[in-house]
Amino acid sequence: MNEVSRIAAAEPTAGPARKSRAAFLWLILPMAALGLAIVWLVAVNPLSRFGNGAPPVETLTFERTILSDDGIRVLVRAGGSEPMTIAQVQVDDAYWQFAQDPPGPIGRGSTAWIHLPFPWVLGEAHAINIVTNTGATFEHEIAVAVPTTAHNATSLLSQGLLGVLVGLVPVAIGMMFYPALRGVGRDGMDFLLALTVGLLAFLLVDATAEAFELAGESAAIFQGQAMVWLAAAASFLLLMAVGRRQGAPSGLALATFIALGIGLHNLGEGLAIGAAFAAGAAGLGSFLVLGFMAHNITEGIGISAPLLKKRPALWIFAALALLAGGPAVVGLWIGSLAYAPQWSALALAVGAGAILQVMVEVAAYLMRSDGRGSTALLAPTTIAGLTTGVAFMYGTAMLVKI
Amino acid sequence: MTRWGPFEITRRGLLWGGVTAAGGSVICASGSSIAQSEHLADHMADHSAHTAASPLPGHGSAHGAMITVGEVDEARNGFETAKLLTEWDTGTVSRLPDGRVLRTFELEGIDKEIEIAPGIMFPAWTYNGRVPGPSLRATEGDRLRIVFRNLGSHPHSMHFHGIHAARMDGVPGAGLIDPGDEFVYEFDARPFGCHLYHCHALPLKRHIQKGMYGLFVIDPDPARHPELTDIARSRLLGTPENAEWQEFAMVMNGFDTNFDNENEVYAVNTVAHAYMKRPIRIVRDRPVRIYLANVVEFDPINSFHLHANFFNYFEQGTTLTPTLSTVDLITQIQAQRGILEFSFKDHEPGLYMFHPHQSEFTELGWSGMFDVVEAIA
Ligand SMILES: [Cu+2]
Repeated sequence: MNEVSRIAAAEPTAGPARKSRAAFLWLILPMAALGLAIVWLVAVNPLSRFGNGAPPVETLTFERTILSDDGIRVLVRAGGSEPMTIAQVQVDDAYWQFAQDPPGPIGRGSTAWIHLPFPWVLGEAHAINIVTNTGATFEHEIAVAVPTTAHNATSLLSQGLLGVLVGLVPVAIGMMFYPALRGVGRDGMDFLLALTVGLLAFLLVDATAEAFELAGESAAIFQGQAMVWLAAAASFLLLMAVGRRQGAPSGLALATFIALGIGLHNLGEGLAIGAAFAAGAAGLGSFLVLGFMAHNITEGIGISAPLLKKRPALWIFAALALLAGGPAVVGLWIGSLAYAPQWSALALAVGAGAILQVMVEVAAYLMRSDGRGSTALLAPTTIAGLTTGVAFMYGTAMLVKI
Repeated sequence: MTRWGPFEITRRGLLWGGVTAAGGSVICASGSSIAQSEHLADHMADHSAHTAASPLPGHGSAHGAMITVGEVDEARNGFETAKLLTEWDTGTVSRLPDGRVLRTFELEGIDKEIEIAPGIMFPAWTYNGRVPGPSLRATEGDRLRIVFRNLGSHPHSMHFHGIHAARMDGVPGAGLIDPGDEFVYEFDARPFGCHLYHCHALPLKRHIQKGMYGLFVIDPDPARHPELTDIARSRLLGTPENAEWQEFAMVMNGFDTNFDNENEVYAVNTVAHAYMKRPIRIVRDRPVRIYLANVVEFDPINSFHLHANFFNYFEQGTTLTPTLSTVDLITQIQAQRGILEFSFKDHEPGLYMFHPHQSEFTELGWSGMFDVVEAIA
């Protein structure tokens, strides 16, 4: 409104009412043009002259695989220009009886469950090949066949426990270094903060790569690559804006942001573990669990670093640990109940944006608390901290790679 | 087994790439697959019993539900797989001035989408709208005149396995016909045997794989084989001796539906599992003769295995005595063909399977059943 009245003042011939009518008109005109274009497109169908009798482009993505006593179930999502019809299904190069739910053609972007009463073999690989009515084929490999966890109170509880074990416990253990770290001087502080940036840098690369990989597996309709970029950028900008409302964050505020960024990352991690349960692609081994734990301990140290000059109440530590580690539990549940690659990609992308924000803020905090400004960023202790952080995360990440 | 929190760690599990089956409700590794198989067998038995479309609800379970789902619309296809077995095109017969038989066949090249397995459509190129094309049958010594009109979208031809002039070879430059054109192939029917014809336009693989092939059978003329007249007469269509036999035309083929140079569907006479779902009726005490040709592209070798029985085999069908005796499996390379003779007269009635002994082909649609029955009153 401010804008409008100022312009109105500069142009005395045009009254404000007339001006707003004109603005309204300029809003309506392009809309009307768009409407006309749509009507013309539907009525004339100019695309028909491009039709050359070729079959429609088809894509089919496999989102979930469930192996159970009565066979294999896969959730598929149709993409492509027209509804798709699944004609037959091969398992390991053999046509196999199947049931589709819901039956009939699958609309663009829609999903259907395919149930195959197939006697799969524990620990072996199987290949599913869906043949559509045009003869196009879409293959999905089950690398290691293991039964998918049935969902009941017990399984959710055990998954919750697993989430606590890989998410919450290590963060809490990391925070227990707090008293030991309190006595560190300026160099020690720089080292710890740089260590935090280093570990976050690793997580950023890791989460982004993972997000792109999952985006590649998801149906084309979700435009995975763009979704990852946009979600990461949006979460980064949003958190920067929120974080900077009262100036650059430090102390508890900064610790909270670190915990939030790590929490979002752990949500993605939890989704991945839950998805592994759901997909039956792999169970979780002791290596995996221990790896995640060692990996996440550093996160606890990172969260405590900005708090070393304060002396927060114990409950604050508990809350921060919950914020950073708790999402792993939630992620595990969501991942195992309703896994689809695009949702994991989205969670990881949001997490990546959040991590970038925290990196920026921790680096800024380091410069401020050191007093030397940007010189501190290149000081030997800082570089040592950065390197140690990345190296430690890299080393422990090796434990969790299958 | 170590119990560790909510996880069960098994040694076997650790071997799977260093990960173990975990989670409180994940079942223990050993034993579960057996239990599962038993469960599945029951499940499938139930399942197939409810599959109303299958006229033989029983055998789905016996073969682990390993079958295509649904039925092919034969009316839309314009040909019935059951009839492909016994339909012979003997052409139009007239006499030449010298008294010889002139046998005239008319074929058309037609682009046609056909259903090769329930729900799977294939943009085929056909002879007379069917795949395989008509099973042409003549008698040794006939003068043959084959009029071929190309109504399709690509140049096509008819290349006959037989003895003929270079001008009649059906290759580029000698009988290849452009769309809308017509060509008349003319030659004598020899040698007797089980032959085939196919399009020889380029690219060759594509034209054959698209469906342009068929059986070309030349029956022996008994007068020319005085020492084996009876056998020759039993082969000659139209004689009482021949009527005693139950003769079937079978062309082993395959279809690459996604252009990856591998076949998604294998069959005998085009439709996957057609004779599995509707077994071929055989009267027990009458002998059986199969004219079998292999036209599968991309896989060089195909085979035929008969369950619970043995047969005699006549390589290319050009002899009146078997070239292989008492075998239950023969292999045929691309374009190889022959005649199989066997009998179920000493067997109890029932379903007897036949299939290639390449398990992959069997599982992708090429398998069938003989339904051996007592003589019908
Ligand atoms: Cu051709």
